Amino acid sequence: MRQLSQAAAIREGIVQEMRLDPNVILLGEDVGKFGGAFHITHDMLDEFGAERVWDTPISEAGFTGLGIGAALTGLRPIVEYQYLDFIFCAMDQVVNQAAKIRLMSGGRAKVPLVLRGPQGATGRGAQHSQSIEAWFMHTPGMKVVMPSTPYDAKGLIISAIRDDNPVLFVEHKLLYGAASPGGGKALSDSAIQAIGTDVPEEAYAIPLGNADIKREGRDVTIIATLLMLHRALSVAEELAAEGVSAEVIDPRSLVPLDVTTIAASIAKTNHVVVVSEDVSRAGVAAELVATINDHCFYDLEAPVQRVAAANTPIPFAPASERHVIPQVDDIRAAVRRVLSS
Amino acid sequence: MNTAMDIRREPVDCAGHDRTLLLRMFRKMLEAREFEEQLYYLFLTAAMPGTMHQAVGQEAVAVGVVSALNPDDSITSTHRGHAHCVAKDVPLKDMMAEMFAKREGSCRGMGGSMHLTDFNKGMLGAFAIVGSGIPIATGAALSARVRGSGQVAVSFFGDGAVNEGIFHEALNMAALWNLPAIYIIENNQYALSMTVAESSAVPDLASRACAYGMPGLRVDGNDVLAVYEATREAAKRARAGEGPTLIEALTYRIRGHARFEAAGYRPSEEVEAWKNADPIERLAAGLLASGIASEDELNVIRAEAEAAIEDAIEYAQSCADVRAEDYLSYITAEN
Repeated sequence: MRQLSQAAAIREGIVQEMRLDPNVILLGEDVGKFGGAFHITHDMLDEFGAERVWDTPISEAGFTGLGIGAALTGLRPIVEYQYLDFIFCAMDQVVNQAAKIRLMSGGRAKVPLVLRGPQGATGRGAQHSQSIEAWFMHTPGMKVVMPSTPYDAKGLIISAIRDDNPVLFVEHKLLYGAASPGGGKALSDSAIQAIGTDVPEEAYAIPLGNADIKREGRDVTIIATLLMLHRALSVAEELAAEGVSAEVIDPRSLVPLDVTTIAASIAKTNHVVVVSEDVSRAGVAAELVATINDHCFYDLEAPVQRVAAANTPIPFAPASERHVIPQVDDIRAAVRRVLSS
Repeated sequence: MNTAMDIRREPVDCAGHDRTLLLRMFRKMLEAREFEEQLYYLFLTAAMPGTMHQAVGQEAVAVGVVSALNPDDSITSTHRGHAHCVAKDVPLKDMMAEMFAKREGSCRGMGGSMHLTDFNKGMLGAFAIVGSGIPIATGAALSARVRGSGQVAVSFFGDGAVNEGIFHEALNMAALWNLPAIYIIENNQYALSMTVAESSAVPDLASRACAYGMPGLRVDGNDVLAVYEATREAAKRARAGEGPTLIEALTYRIRGHARFEAAGYRPSEEVEAWKNADPIERLAAGLLASGIASEDELNVIRAEAEAAIEDAIEYAQSCADVRAEDYLSYITAEN
């Protein structure tokens, strides 16, 4: 067994790709001499030098655009946002440029660009806590990747770097598994378990669009990503003691989405709960419910249950934040609802 | 500025310049002009879908800048980008086929007038959100530096774009890191209806360069050689690792903002005065005055340019229409 924190796993994937491919460069705030606000790019400046690790000014739109221009001319840039909330400063570059250039050029352009950073509610108030992935699922031309374990994180970041499209790589602060400056202890959620932590030292790629069944079961399918995946697993463990067998699916990427694995599970369990940390309205869970209705309607014995964040900016007060974000209790209640209807 | 009094009409001073270069510039400007003139008629007769933005009167900026670059240097363009593409040697037939939404178009019919692109020619794209190409060209400059390619990247944008925040972000980084970038403000004096004075607190746009510690100069944008010389100097600096340059080329948008927009917000004397300062006529007058070419020789080039556009239209009309579902294969790249 070789255990790494998720942060260390992402870092190892990036370092290995940078050693392999001189065209991989980093751009972002404090990614160089500070090593990244969450230490993902720790020591990379020393190893790769300032021509490959660019400490940028606070200009998210600007350095995103630089990444696009570099991607169009032969490099494979990785752009870090200190918090994914800040990517909204760069929306024109991401949504109007990066995601559309390939189609606008009739397939002649490729934009091999990774946009990555941390998200998730961790007591930082409304502007450092959002889950942003639905905005980019809604942006054709982008891929959206959601690692929930160190093993997945390393294999998925390597695939993201090798992909010829703009890829949003969404990390969760509570899954990094290390203390972060200014943020307190990250390992503060009892649901986070040491799953899939056996991380091979050599580079490996997990293809995008391949869901992983994190726990097999017969009675109900729970689909969840990032931190919610861990909460779903903890619910599944509890329910097993009561004789309820829950299957827990981690899509690992929302675009492309592995509908085949999801549909096969639903054909077996006939009951589904979808869980996401982003807001409920027009969110990830809403899209998953619609997709399930499109593909699996006649396999369902009960309406799909959706568990997602309340439709509100995230309040600071810890009690309010907990009220907004799906908790283990909310997921357990949804499973009971779907099985009793 | 912005008054008829300031408009220069004198012939371009061609003395001491290479004849081949000058005649090529003349030809390119004519092609750009004729391309857009014919487009206008095609739109009027509803033979062509979509919309377009004409750069009639601004051709000396596109041609002057690109003539000072190497073929493998990169440019980014705008919604008003036809002349940039012509200058950068994007094949006229490919451009015209794109306008007609044909499969042989430079973007397979998926881009249209506002998104003409040709990577084989260093034309990285026309970005039709104002200002958005500025950081992309800057990224191409960063890439040239990382790859050690010796290439230069140029961003064309209008006077309106300098009031987008991205202008500041990109120029700051380019200057900070001495990137081989050149920024061309095509000051055609109107951002749709708004004059420079109505939208910029300091209307001397080139002076913004001092905020980034880079050279900023204003040139007569209807004098193709003035534009060429300024760009040549900027490219030399860029390749020598001395960093970016901001060039404000003063010109005029003879037509309205888009297809049929009548531009009634402009005094007609102003428009007339600028028509009399036509960059193509000024170059023709310079070529004649310096004895570099005769009227007959210029007429031959005029006829060639017209024929090239006519051929392009004929070709485009003979191309295959886009199939409705073609777009499906262009959304994402397969690794």
